This record gives sequence, structure tokens and C-alpha cells, in this order.
Amino acid sequence: MEDKEIQELEKAVEQIWEVARGFGLDPYPTNFEIVPATVMYEVGSYALPGRYSHWTFGKTYHRMKTMYDFGLSKIYEVVINTNPAYGFLLETNSPIQNKMVIAHVLGHVDFFKNNSYFSKTNRRMVESVSTHAQRMMEYEFKHGRKTVERFLDAVLAIEEHIDPYFFIKREISVAEEKRRAELRPKDGRYDDLWLLDKVQQQTKTPDESDDTKPREHLPEKDLLFYLMKHSPSLSAWQRDAIAMVHEEMEYFVPQMQTKIMNEGWASIWHARIMRELDLSDNEHIEFANLHSGVVSPQKGQLNPYYLGYKIFEDIERRWNEPSKEEREKFGRRGNEGREKMFEVRELENDVSFLRNYLTEELCEELDLFVFELVEEEEWTITEKRWQKVRDQLVSNMTNFGFPYLQVEDGDYNGNRELYLKHRYEGTELDMKYARRALEHVHTLWGRPVHLETIIDDESTVLHFNGDEHGED
Amino acid sequence: MSIQRNDWSLQRKGIIDQERHKDRVKEAIRKNLGSIVSNEAIILSDGKRTVKVPIKALDEYKFRFNYQKSKHVGQGDGKTRVGDVIGRESRPGGGQGAGQAGQEAGADYYEAEVNIDELAALIFEDLQLPYLEEKAKKAVQSRKTQFNEIRRTGVIANLDKRRMILENIRRNAREGNARFGDIKKEDLRFKTWEEVMRYESNAVVIAMIDVSGSMGEFKKYIARSFYFWMVRFLRTKYDNVDIVFISHHTEAKEVSEEQFFTQGESGGTVVSSAYQLALDIIKQRYRPSDWNIYPFHFSDGDNYYSDNEEAVKLADELIATCNLFGYGEIGEEGSSSYRRSSGALLSIFSDRLQHKDRFVGVRIDDKEDVYPALKQFFGKRGVETPA
Repeated sequence: MEDKEIQELEKAVEQIWEVARGFGLDPYPTNFEIVPATVMYEVGSYALPGRYSHWTFGKTYHRMKTMYDFGLSKIYEVVINTNPAYGFLLETNSPIQNKMVIAHVLGHVDFFKNNSYFSKTNRRMVESVSTHAQRMMEYEFKHGRKTVERFLDAVLAIEEHIDPYFFIKREISVAEEKRRAELRPKDGRYDDLWLLDKVQQQTKTPDESDDTKPREHLPEKDLLFYLMKHSPSLSAWQRDAIAMVHEEMEYFVPQMQTKIMNEGWASIWHARIMRELDLSDNEHIEFANLHSGVVSPQKGQLNPYYLGYKIFEDIERRWNEPSKEEREKFGRRGNEGREKMFEVRELENDVSFLRNYLTEELCEELDLFVFELVEEEEWTITEKRWQKVRDQLVSNMTNFGFPYLQVEDGDYNGNRELYLKHRYEGTELDMKYARRALEHVHTLWGRPVHLETIIDDESTVLHFNGDEHGED
Repeated sequence: MSIQRNDWSLQRKGIIDQERHKDRVKEAIRKNLGSIVSNEAIILSDGKRTVKVPIKALDEYKFRFNYQKSKHVGQGDGKTRVGDVIGRESRPGGGQGAGQAGQEAGADYYEAEVNIDELAALIFEDLQLPYLEEKAKKAVQSRKTQFNEIRRTGVIANLDKRRMILENIRRNAREGNARFGDIKKEDLRFKTWEEVMRYESNAVVIAMIDVSGSMGEFKKYIARSFYFWMVRFLRTKYDNVDIVFISHHTEAKEVSEEQFFTQGESGGTVVSSAYQLALDIIKQRYRPSDWNIYPFHFSDGDNYYSDNEEAVKLADELIATCNLFGYGEIGEEGSSSYRRSSGALLSIFSDRLQHKDRFVGVRIDDKEDVYPALKQFFGKRGVETPA
């Protein structure tokens, strides 16, 4: 890209920023980087630049890069939720592609800044992950690459099983710490006695779990946290590795919870911002092509960009021009569309967004349906009633699409065995995967592990003791 | 707000972790050699350099829902109705739902691109050639030039410019001014060569296969995958590897490679006919004093009873002339139970052969047995004693 083009882009960024602010968007300041495809796909596959090394990232990178090399798919944009935010632009993008991406990125950054599910997000995460990477590297150096890699394999197998509201726990423990500090006796003559206590605490080896109450505060949804705190077999570096993965997942969870909204929001605003720019006819056509590529329905599957886009549009229309019934029943005055959209982007996540704003008319217009495998052979449409379709969609989004597991007991059989329970809500686990994942849990716990779930309407418990699997 | 363009040319993280992934693939391949060795994609690769083989145990296992047993939400073109079939499951209980692009279904394995040469290196890692002998023909020498030394004098055509520049900069640096220029004679470096004598070695594989009525598709496939690797292996050890193909039922004849693998099956089995032909061919074309000889024979072991005596006698003769005689007895597909009628050739050989030290007999009942069989042929010596 030539300097002249970069100057043009700089101008465009200023202009797009002004237009976005004019619409009421309120993003963090955003820096854009123009990068070659290799870097784009690298950032894309790690989701954050500078994260620790693991072969699974390499696998994703290789796949994405290969798809790009063969012209099968292309990422136009990657955005990083930090303050200031970062947007990555592919150096081969055309000027119009770049403008659209810039507008789209600002939509995302506005969402990151203002949606309440992101309110506790670490906005300096890039720095945090690079210190994590540093520490992970030290552990690799000390304990061997293979050892660390194998251990991470196990941690990553359950990385999604954290508590999205973990920050509450953290805040409580900080508050608890304060309360205890207040209870501590003030300075006095026998203070050195307290020091004795401290000395004793320090002599404990760091490898020992300091928690002797594996049965407290159960059930626990946050498997990573529980294992880090109570596993009878982990050494200090291993607990630290879990803590790092936990912290990174805390950062990613809000993004997993708001995929549809976030993409819909960014798409709505890139479309509107682009309309405000002074584009030539040719540029208009190029933009229209790009835009319809982004928000086009794909047969058979759901395009989150399109679904979110349509729902936001629908919200705006319904609050701008409420029906007579809506005026009377809900007291909507009309012309509140913009306001309502901004309220929704602040308060909802995908689950509540779909539950509250996916209407019968939209389900029909989008031709949504439920499909399932009939007689192990044919994928068949089995439901088109809109509430059922909506409920199915909501249920599939719950817990970001992962089975909801929790720790039931950390001293099962009185033998420090771990008992997990799958909170079954009508969908069975993939049993082959469950057994293999249970092996990973065993790696982390170090003693026999159990998982209770339901198969063919019957309660079933899987066991793994390190050597063999059992089931009853 | 800014637009930046940095130099990313040193950014390597993705590539480094891609290497880690490759390591994992390699490790998984090593663990799965048994099933990969007899994978159709490789055996029927027709000279392609890389093939795709499914590899178990490389998935990232997580707790996830059973895709086949779940309900999903999709989007249609506006005309869908309850009861419409939008996709088909290729195999019940596994595989990807047709038309469900993008939604990962029960793909159980990772498809790895495998370079056949790399794979061969892995497979041959712990194989060795038994009874490799110095043959008279080894005296045939060939000359080869190898550039392997650097000197200060030489022919100007062999000037090593890179080293010269380095030396020049070094010398300038010693004089306090690290730069390139002002070349003096002492900076010059020349590549020089050495003539290396190489000794050619030769081996011949006499591949014999039973094409009697009882040898079906599976048995032939097993024989084929075995020969595939055997020939590749021998080529890594010898400069020239000849292969003679002999097929036999009640009579033996020399055939082309294509016929060898595709010929229809019929008739009974007289094993001694093949051994006799092999002996004749050795006598005419491959003098044992010049050649390393590896006869291998695949059969299902149903020899005519009256021929057994003769077969054992000729097998002994073959063994006396060759480096190693291999005999593979192929069972029915999937019959892990050792169906060993007393008349089967393998047990007769192991009972009655005179020179057992250069005889390797194995039984193959399953594709997965090919790799252990290879290891047995080219690993430890000795007769497999029937259980």
C-alpha cells in the first residue's frame, strides 16, 4: 500500500469516526493496523496477539491460512477489545473494503465499551496475555515443552467451563478480605505472636493445596476455578497455568455470549455509516456487493451477522412506529427506535436478545425452522411454530452452546474423588468425546473422576480412574 | 485514532505453533502406523507425493453435545415446510450431515496430509535388512564428486563468494573498519572437491503370489500393501532393486506388475511350482554371488496335500540361495481367531524346514497386521511358532 493510500485512509478514519459519533456511537479510540495475511490469520487464530504457544493455535492458523491461500475464505477484519482498541486491516483490501471494515470495527468497539456483559472485561488484556505467554515459556523451559503442552491439552479441554459471573466471586473475596482485616487486632504488645502464625503459613510448600474443604460452596459451575483451587495433585506452576487460562477465558466469555448481537450491531452501523460517506457510483456498487455478502442468509444454516442485523432493524421499526396495540398496551410513543436500539445493545446478551426480540413475523420472514435427524438418516425439518423455534435457538445458545457441567462433590466416596454432574436439559452428550474429556479432567484432578449424565432417558455415571473407563 | 503500518516480517508465532501442530501430527502418525501402513490412499497412491490419511487421536476433546441427537435451528429460502428433508446422513451414526456445511458433525478423525517419503522414514526407522551380504558385484565402483572443503587456493571458477565476503569483512573489522571492500588475495576462498568411490549394491525381490480360487480381494490387497512397503524399504538400502513377479495356482508364471496385482483368481494351489520357477530365474538371471535375493511368498496356505513334501524341499533350496525367505499366510478378513488347519503351509514350514534361521513366516488376518508383519520380516529373525 502506498503512502498516499494510507493518507486517504487516515482521512477516512477521521470522517467515519465523526459520522459514528453523530449516530450516537461511543467507541474507545481505535488504532488501525494494516497487516499482511500471515499476521491477520495469526491474530485471528489466537484471538489476541501475543498469547502463549500451543499446537491447537497452530492448527487453527494453518487451517485458516490454507483456506485463504486457496481462496476459500477471507477474513477482512479482526478487532481487539482493549482501550484503546485495535482493528486489523488486510493489506490487500480495496479502499472501499477498508472503509467498510473501519466502520464495522467501530460498531464492535462501541459494543465492547457499552454492553453491560463487557463491563468487567480487562481492557489491558494484550499486556496480560503477553505476561502469560512469558510465564508459560518459563514453565516450558523449566519443566519441558511436552509436559506443559500435555497439561495445557487437559486444561483447554474444559476451558469453556468457567463461571461467566466469576467477577462477583472475586469481588466477594476482596470484600471478605477487607472484613477479615478489620477483625484483626490492632497494633499491640503481643503482635509478634501473629507473626509466628505467618511464619508457619509460609513454611507450607506451595504445591500443597491450601484448601482443605473441597466440599465447601458446592455445586460449582466453574470447573477451572474449582480444579485450580482444590485439585489434590497439582503443583504450583500447574495451578498458575490454569489461572492464566481462566483469566483469558473470562475475557473471551462476553464475546461468546454476544456473538449475534455484536455482529448485528456492527453490521447495522457499517451500513449506515457507509451511506453517509461520499461514495462514487462504482464505490456504491462495490459496497453494496460487500454488504450483501456479509449479511446474506446462508441456506441451511444461521448467519449471526444477518440474524442480529434483522432483529436490530426490527426493533428500531417497532419502536419508531408502534402498532395501536403496542401504543395502548405498552405505552410506546413512537420515534423511540434509536433510543431502544441503544438500550438493547447495553442490556442484553444473545440469549435474552433472542428471547425478547425475535418475533413471530421475523421467524416467518427469515424462514427459521428446527431440524433434527430422523431415523439416523435424514435431517428433517420438524418444527416451524415460531415460539418453538425461538426456544430451541435460545436453548442452543445457553451456556454458549456448551453442556452445563458442575462439580457436585470433591470428596466423593470419602476418597477425594471428583464427581461432576451434567445438568441435562434434553440434549445428550457426545459420549465418545465425554469419555476422552473425562480423561483430561483426570489429568487435572489426579484421582478417580465421575460424570453423571442422562443417556436414553436413564441416569448414567461415567467413571475414569486413570486406567480404565466404567459406566453404570 | 491512527492508521499504522508496521514491519511484521519477524512475526513468526503462527508458523512456530504450526510446527508444534505438525509435531503432534507426526506423533499421532507414529502411534497409528499400524492402520496407516495399509491405508488404501497410500497403497493406491500411484506415485503421488502426499496423501490424506485419517488419523485418530488428534482431536481436541471437549464436553460437547451429540450432534446427531440434537435439534438445530436453520434458515430456509422462505418455502420450507415441516417434513422437508434438508440433508442426509452418509453413514448412520457417524460422518457429516450432508448439506450441513459449517456445522461440525461427528467427524471423528483428523485428516492429515502425509508425505509418503516422510512416512516411509517413520516406518523404516526401526527396520533393518537381515543378512546383508557383500556380493561380488559390489566391486563395481562409481565415481562421485563431492564439494566438501574450503581452501585458500584454487581455480577461480570455484570461488566461494559468500565466504570471501565474510573473510573480507572480518579482515577489515580486524583493521578497525568493518565493511566490505578492498578485496585482497588473502580473502579468497575456494571450494574444492573430493572424488568419492561408491559401491553399488544390488538386490532382487522375487514376489510370489497365490492366485488360486481362494485368494479374494482382501488377501490380494494385503499382499499388495506388503510389497509396496517392502520394495520402498529395499530401495533405501540398495542402489538397484529388481523385482520379479511370479503368480501361481497349480502352475507358476512370471507376470507384469499390473497382472500380478489384478489377475483374476481360479484353480487350486501347487506352491512348489512357484518355488521351482523362482529357483530357475535365480539360476538364469540373478547369481547369488552377485545379488542379494529376497523371495517373498503370499498365500492362504491351502496347498495340495501331495505337494507339501516338494514345497518344503524347494523352500529349503531357496533359503540356501537367498538372504531371507519370507512367507506370509493371509487369513480371512477380520477372522482374528487363528484358523490354522493342520494342512496349512505355515505350520508345515515351521515344523519341517531345515534352515529356519533365514525363514520368516507370519500370519496376517487383518489390515492392521501388515505393519507388525513388516517388522517381523525386517526386524527380529526367526520362525513364528504357532500357538
